Amino acid sequence: MSIILDKLNYVYSPGTAYEKQALGDIDLVIGDGEFIGLIGHTGSGKSTLIQHLNGLVKATGGGVYYNGADIYDPDYNLKELRTKVGLVFQYPEHQLFETTVLRDVQFGPKNLGLTPLEIDLRAYEALKQVGIPDELIDASPFELSGGQKRRVAIAGVLAMKPEVLVLDEPTAGLDPKGRDEILDQIEKIHDEQHITVILVSHSMEDVAKYVGRIIVMNHGRVAFDDTPENVFAHYKELEKIGLAAPQVTYAMHALQEHGISVRTDVTTVEEAKNAVLAAFRGWQR
Amino acid sequence: MIRDITIGQYYPADSLLHRLDPRVKISGTLLYIISLFLVKNLWGYLAAALVLAAVIRISKVPFGYIIKGLKAVIILLLFTVCFNLFLTSGTPVFEWKFIRITKEGLYLAFSMAVRLTLLILGSSLMTFTTTPNELTDGMESLLSPLKKIHVPVHEVAMMMSIALRFIPILLEETDKIMKAQQARGADFETGGIIKRAKAMIPILVPLFISAFRRAGDLAMAMEARCYHGGAGRTKMKPLHYHRRDGLAWVAMAAFVALIIASRKF
Repeated sequence: MSIILDKLNYVYSPGTAYEKQALGDIDLVIGDGEFIGLIGHTGSGKSTLIQHLNGLVKATGGGVYYNGADIYDPDYNLKELRTKVGLVFQYPEHQLFETTVLRDVQFGPKNLGLTPLEIDLRAYEALKQVGIPDELIDASPFELSGGQKRRVAIAGVLAMKPEVLVLDEPTAGLDPKGRDEILDQIEKIHDEQHITVILVSHSMEDVAKYVGRIIVMNHGRVAFDDTPENVFAHYKELEKIGLAAPQVTYAMHALQEHGISVRTDVTTVEEAKNAVLAAFRGWQR
Repeated sequence: MIRDITIGQYYPADSLLHRLDPRVKISGTLLYIISLFLVKNLWGYLAAALVLAAVIRISKVPFGYIIKGLKAVIILLLFTVCFNLFLTSGTPVFEWKFIRITKEGLYLAFSMAVRLTLLILGSSLMTFTTTPNELTDGMESLLSPLKKIHVPVHEVAMMMSIALRFIPILLEETDKIMKAQQARGADFETGGIIKRAKAMIPILVPLFISAFRRAGDLAMAMEARCYHGGAGRTKMKPLHYHRRDGLAWVAMAAFVALIIASRKF
């Protein structure tokens, strides 16, 4: 189970004044069960890239292979691919259309042609996974709060039981509490269902705590592709491309510069706390 | 793809046509359309087509891009041609069972097709080379005499420019919603008419909601900037006629004279 991108290129509106190279020679291997953060500035091509993963956008050059099969093969079943690679768009709540929450989540499973019982089960299960309480299930999706709408929309993709879940800025426009709740739920889904998760974001801070690998995009190319620790070590280069490492990275580097030897490869506040405590204990002795 | 719809869009380029005063372009397009209906014979159509080709050349808008705009109206074109071809009475040139094509029908179908094509290309060239803002300013200035009889010229022009401005936004939104529903396994390409019509619901409902949301946001933003309509409103870039605009008027007059002359042949 893997996605392989081979020299992927994408050019917008070729041959017109709007022509723009959105992606250039992207080579990536996305393994089974990985939790990946795809980071980039606005316009770096990250949203375009993820639309290639389920064949919504066809590359102008290069290839995409899902589990070894070429998705651009004329005989390849793209509809099936889209159920395997679940894509949650930015502001997914804008795609809600049904009269009740449950019916909206059922849309995906219905398109798969499952039995009514299975459709109900999957929709209910997905709503539980994103933490929608029972009393909201028959409410109109348009009556919900912003955060709840977002969850219902995510459930709509989860109900198809994807093997790979791609989320484009799932926390955009949410308050810190809503953001943490959604990300925690995504982490739980990743751990329990062993699916691959790709989290698209422009904030290192958001994803550092969760992901095991970070891919940094800049001007349609992959700038870095490594573990969070190794990527954040390049914090000065990250700043040049308009991104920033988490605040703890800066704090630890500042401590280091002031002669306090602490580990600088920490990514979360929790790890930073432990590193500072360890340095403190060593100093006391 | 839905983004291929180019009708009514602006195409940025640096050309003489882009720099012309919008009032000249609007009147010119109107004159061109009127003269298309003055044409009586092949020579007239040839002249109109050649002049349009030359103007397209000057505009620096790629020809293929302009042709794409025709795709949206191809059905309308086909309908007109078929109706004229089969339903015009006169001397028959071809008869087979109930199908009957007359000489007059052939000529009418041909001239209607040419007329419509030139009309669409000509008017879309205006929107390709004029930004929505310029278009509104030009429209408002040309229609300003109507203010005397209490026609809300500024408001009409503002609505027009907002409508034009929203075409690409709503197209993009449609594209996004379609993709989002496709990602949930929706299928818009197969099935009969009823199935396809039903498949439109998951697109149309979110699209309407988003159109209303955007309209509300825009109204709010305009009010927040104290927009209160046309009275006493000044412009950042007032329209001024230049030498090139005078020359364009001369060229347009020459064109109309040419078309009228072609009727004599």
